[in-house]
Amino acid sequence: MITLSTVLRKYTAEVAIGPVDLEIPSGGITALVGPNGAGKSTLLTMIGRLMGMDAGSITVGGLDVSKTPSKELAKRISILRQENHFVTRLTVRQLVGFGRFPHSGGRLTVEDERVISEAIDFLRLDDLESRYLDELSGGQRQRAYVAMVLAQDTEYVLLDEPLNNLDMQHSVQMMKHLKRAAEELGRTIVIVLHDINFAGHYADHICALKHGEVVAFGTPEEIMVPDTLSSIFNTPIDVIDGPRGILACYY
Amino acid sequence: MVVGLVVTVALVGASLFVGEYDIFGADDGAEMFGITRVPRTIALVLSGAAMAMCGLVMQMITQNRFVEPTTTGTTEWAGLGLLLVMIVAPDSSLLTKMTVAVATAFIGTSIFFAFLQRVTLRSSVIVPIVGIMLGAVVGAVSTFLALQTDMLQSLGIWFAGSFTGIIKGQYEPLLVVVLVVIAVFIASDRFTAAGLGEEFSTNIGLNYRAVVLLGTGLIAIATGIVTVVVGNLPFLGLIVPNIVSMFRGDDLRSNLPWVALTGICIVTVCDLIGRTIISPFEVPVSLILALVGAIVFIALIVKRR
Repeated sequence: MITLSTVLRKYTAEVAIGPVDLEIPSGGITALVGPNGAGKSTLLTMIGRLMGMDAGSITVGGLDVSKTPSKELAKRISILRQENHFVTRLTVRQLVGFGRFPHSGGRLTVEDERVISEAIDFLRLDDLESRYLDELSGGQRQRAYVAMVLAQDTEYVLLDEPLNNLDMQHSVQMMKHLKRAAEELGRTIVIVLHDINFAGHYADHICALKHGEVVAFGTPEEIMVPDTLSSIFNTPIDVIDGPRGILACYY
Repeated sequence: MVVGLVVTVALVGASLFVGEYDIFGADDGAEMFGITRVPRTIALVLSGAAMAMCGLVMQMITQNRFVEPTTTGTTEWAGLGLLLVMIVAPDSSLLTKMTVAVATAFIGTSIFFAFLQRVTLRSSVIVPIVGIMLGAVVGAVSTFLALQTDMLQSLGIWFAGSFTGIIKGQYEPLLVVVLVVIAVFIASDRFTAAGLGEEFSTNIGLNYRAVVLLGTGLIAIATGIVTVVVGNLPFLGLIVPNIVSMFRGDDLRSNLPWVALTGICIVTVCDLIGRTIISPFEVPVSLILALVGAIVFIALIVKRR
């Protein structure tokens, strides 16, 4: 379980995130949604201890993120940011290998190699494992990054807009991979999503943010309601019954 | 790897036996061999490997392919430190000179890194330009000081990095860089992770700032020592890591031996050229390196575009 209590981060006198009180349950996928500038990424980055907060506290699986040594946290929680432009040339396997750093400190054991291979297979990257990242397409590279955080073998996985720059096919594949990771590997995945329909279809919980505050939290059925969505996104939104479940229409 | 080793050994061997003095014919050949050729060759090997590695570590820390000690002002800072010692206490030992040069190199590199963090202009070409400008300013201060104190000639000689004056009794401090090389090897994964960014490093539980500090320290030590003993070796740290990266990617741990070998080969080749083209006189190795380095540098920029 991830618990945020009165988490606050101030930018200017007017612009601030929080205070946020939130409990993200263990297991499954929790999607953070909301309009631009709502504070989704900021909140995720604070949970992943990449950014400090001005007040409040965050615990992940019982560990206080601002007090627990970074090294310990790296075995419990992994975070992937949206912008990953690496100057460094690494192969897919070398990158995924860095996921094992918290466990082995760089000297990979046989066990590490096994976990790395598993993560690579899980994201169907076996054919690409010795290719350099800069030789891959955007979708393949995104998969490699996700394989790396899976190899980190943490209970909690935080992903900041992993569907960014992916086309329809790759977005759907990515969400299926993540759904599988949550179900088969028992990970708790918290993910920032832009498209409410991806959240509605694949997430187990949706957390809606607006102006730096949590305005709604619940199952997709609870959140995917015309009035709720319309007020979150400041846009008239209808919800219809599609052939594969409920869909938000806002075009 | 084997091929690389053979080539390096061949070059090092050539360096041992190329020169004006007939070490086989003359009576004191063996003695001269021990006094000049062996020290010179050891100096070539150590400084070549060290400067190439410094360039690589620096490129990881700044996440920029175009930086190395001579494009970030580190060498100029070390030179300023050296000059200050020569002005304030001309008779001080080599150790004092080295310590001061290492300290100023560390301060200068830290200033450069701090500057980079403050202005997030990550445009890959701007960063080395800023570094070169910073280096030019420091170099100008050095020149001014030297002018005021009649040291311009010593400064000029020093700036033209050369292995000519390396004889027994003068190269030994270079052995310290062996320790730097070992330290870089041990921390290699940390530097690779740092090259993937602060957030990436934090995610896997690394203290990014500590890694940067360690890297800066190691670079300063190696650059400071090489600067005092040999002088300025321009572009070496730039061309070697880029060449190796093209063929083998950037995994530091598996690349380090390659970087070291390539660095040794390039310095040795340049020194051999410098020693033979106007024999019996010598051209400073920095001249040849700057020529080769500038061409490769421009080629890299053109290729990246």
